[in-house]
Amino acid sequence: MAIFNLNINGKKQEVDVDPATPMLWVLREHLDLVGTKYGCGIAQCGACTIHLGDIAMRSCVLPVSQVGNQKITTIEGLSENGDHPVQKAWLEHDVPQCGYCQAGQIMNATAFLKANPKPGDAEIEAAMNGNICRCGTYIRIKAAIHTAASK
Amino acid sequence: MTLVKTTYNRRSFLKTSVLAGGGMMLGFSWLASCTPTPEEVLNMPKEWFNINGFLKIGENGVVTIMSPNPEIGQNVKTSMPMIVAEELDVDWKNVIVEQAPLNTDVFTRQLAGGSQSIRQGWQSLRMAGATARQMLVEAAAQQWQVPVAEITTAAGILYHEKSSKSINYGEVASAAAALSVPEEVQLKDLKDFKIIGTSRKNVDAKKIVTGQPLFGLDYRSEGMLIAMIVHPPAFGLKIKSLDDSAARNMPGIKDVFTIKTYNDDYELQWSDTSAFPEMAVVVGNTTWEVMNAKKALRPEWEPIAPKRTEADVFGRKVVTITPAELESSEMHTAKMAEMAAKPGNVLRKDGDPEAAFKRAARIIERHYTAPFLAHNTLEPMNFFAHVTEDKAELAGPIQTPEFMEKSVAARLGLPLENIDIQMTRQGGGFGRRLYGHFVVEAAIISQKMKAPVKLVYTREDDMTFGSYRPAYHVTYRAALDAENKLIGFHVKAGGIPESPIAANRFPAGSVDNYLAEDWTIPSNISVGAWRAPRSNFIAGAEQAFLDEVAEALGKDPIDFRLELLQRAQDQPVGENNDYEAARYAGVLKLVKEKSGWGQQSGGAHRGVAAYFCHNSYVATVVDIAMESGRPVIQKVYCAVDCGIVVNPDAAINLAEGGVVDGIGHALYSAMTFKEGVPQQSNFDKYRLIRHSEAPKAIEVHFVKSDIDPTGLGEPVNPPIIGALANALYKATGKRVYDQPFFTGNQSLG
Repeated sequence: MAIFNLNINGKKQEVDVDPATPMLWVLREHLDLVGTKYGCGIAQCGACTIHLGDIAMRSCVLPVSQVGNQKITTIEGLSENGDHPVQKAWLEHDVPQCGYCQAGQIMNATAFLKANPKPGDAEIEAAMNGNICRCGTYIRIKAAIHTAASK
Repeated sequence: MTLVKTTYNRRSFLKTSVLAGGGMMLGFSWLASCTPTPEEVLNMPKEWFNINGFLKIGENGVVTIMSPNPEIGQNVKTSMPMIVAEELDVDWKNVIVEQAPLNTDVFTRQLAGGSQSIRQGWQSLRMAGATARQMLVEAAAQQWQVPVAEITTAAGILYHEKSSKSINYGEVASAAAALSVPEEVQLKDLKDFKIIGTSRKNVDAKKIVTGQPLFGLDYRSEGMLIAMIVHPPAFGLKIKSLDDSAARNMPGIKDVFTIKTYNDDYELQWSDTSAFPEMAVVVGNTTWEVMNAKKALRPEWEPIAPKRTEADVFGRKVVTITPAELESSEMHTAKMAEMAAKPGNVLRKDGDPEAAFKRAARIIERHYTAPFLAHNTLEPMNFFAHVTEDKAELAGPIQTPEFMEKSVAARLGLPLENIDIQMTRQGGGFGRRLYGHFVVEAAIISQKMKAPVKLVYTREDDMTFGSYRPAYHVTYRAALDAENKLIGFHVKAGGIPESPIAANRFPAGSVDNYLAEDWTIPSNISVGAWRAPRSNFIAGAEQAFLDEVAEALGKDPIDFRLELLQRAQDQPVGENNDYEAARYAGVLKLVKEKSGWGQQSGGAHRGVAAYFCHNSYVATVVDIAMESGRPVIQKVYCAVDCGIVVNPDAAINLAEGGVVDGIGHALYSAMTFKEGVPQQSNFDKYRLIRHSEAPKAIEVHFVKSDIDPTGLGEPVNPPIIGALANALYKATGKRVYDQPFFTGNQSLG
């Protein structure tokens, strides 16, 4: 076990955990931030996507020991009142079915839009290919990303 | 207006009560904290009045409607309350929706399966709303001393026009709740619907996009431990011994033991399907610690003995023989081909099919296959249990809470009324969560640990401990005479371990000489319902075969189907044809019109298919292009007849999902076995459709209808597979017969 001082959603958080613990479980079980989801544990589905700085990361394969003092943002910290343009676009298009993958989709999409504010269809598809939606809401996700990009 | 007796589930409607305070219907504080919060415009009432089990009204007119059924992404948590709200005649903006607790005294079918929630809930949901409205009207009539018939309602307000009086529902809710339940109530005319038929957004959407706790895996309670399982690595093996010495001493580990899911003398229910009813369990403080300890377990496995199990399937005793051998996919393929070559069990015979095939000028014979599939709900199996000496409180994602309550009661030896299962939102279902062995496992583990426990499956556990879609094989034969007429049709279908056939479905009823046969091969690989069971394979095969027959006859594939359906409508062959030919033809005509079928389609390759299952009709046209040997799905047109559409945009969303799901699994997915070992255990090897492979556009069109609504969770999925196969043929000149159509990096065509 070791103590780590983390910067999560703009707040300092101290955790005492095994250094190999993936951030996914640190967030979910030590900090009670359960919006970040477990889907596969091997960075294949994207349900656990968070931001490390401005970069989208799969938190299921990111050991807490590698975070250092980089800023972490989770779905809970993406906006104050759930009013980030991407979240609003998700509501406008009523994207979710079961909803389980959507936090990861939104986190991936927001990081992507920051790097590429006016993406084309092919760019969206390529950027979002690591995020599985088992319910098949891909078309709405793409439409929501376009809507968010237009605002 | 329709007058209906309120005798349906009378017990629940007789229960009316005035509740002071919050009227918390959910026992668990976590769930209470997760109930949807109304938008800020709503002022939360100080008092709630329970009118019946479905709804309560606050003193200020805010209405809470309970959504009775499990929410697995089909959006019933929004659409079922919409039906209540319609008949109650309230403003949807003033409605709060809560997930109802499992309570079979109040609610009639708290199950998510078979695309039946809306169809089977329709009457009782309408009646619940209409009964409450009637009681509010009576309460106002008494207060104003006017005849009941002179009172009207609109958007949660009662009016008496003659005296220009009006009053909010909330102000008479207390009086209404004290009235006796009316003997009969009036339902609205369809033309007066204000909510049904209009698009309303998912009531949980805000919580979903902000990452609030909603799902089973998010569940927490004070002092809760985490449990994980280690099950046999292969079908056909069971646990022999367990060396837990290393695991036991690892950090955070509380206990390691083995469990048996069901008692020996317990008669299994259909929902008790479990591939591995004995397993090792690791319990500890956190998921990561337990995951690590799991890897340190040293279990030994041994072969199972062949066994015979009896299960109660809706009152019918079904005997299953399970062989002991370690099975492989090659073995499955060979065995299915062998069975397909032999005569099957005759399920239906019209006319004289043997003679028709004898005098045929041409016979077309084709074979189609599909592999086992895992459900792969993105939220893996999990469940919370807190078992104490005299009761069990459980919470989590389950499609069959009512059935699993019985299983848990039997296993723990507790009375049924002391078992409480709460439904969380579910990260997908697709049929996997109909089989709730993990609910029982969680209960056993909590009982042993004397502590609240959340059982969590890893993705690997989830994928390799499945209740898979069976592997299937079907042979189709068509007899054509010298005048180019279809004179005989023969379908022989089987699978491991069940057949996908529905002998009374189209084209039965449209061909004079018809023969349907089936066969099965026993297996120890556990299977279960998978979105649109059986139809998810046979529809695609049948519709691809009809495409070949149409081509052989030189006919347009839509015209050919319409001719057959016209025959089935005018002069149906045989009896028990379980489809309405006119509605079937209706969706084909609609998709023909909407897709501009027969017109130039901009270089795209088109395929069409139609199917009827789960009480709804769907026809699909798909346009594809080939790029570097890979199919690109340009556009899908979908025509749907599911009766009245309750929530159109949500219905479109669900139909889009069905299309994507059908295409994805037909093109890419398979679960294969080698000596009993599942060869895919995570998404690196099990290929699911991804963003870039999804259709670029999907248009969904509904047949306008006054018919009571039917379901939409499943019926869209099957026909797209046939349409895709037919489009692939147009694009490549080659027919595809074996799913998945596209494996590895191969090129098609």
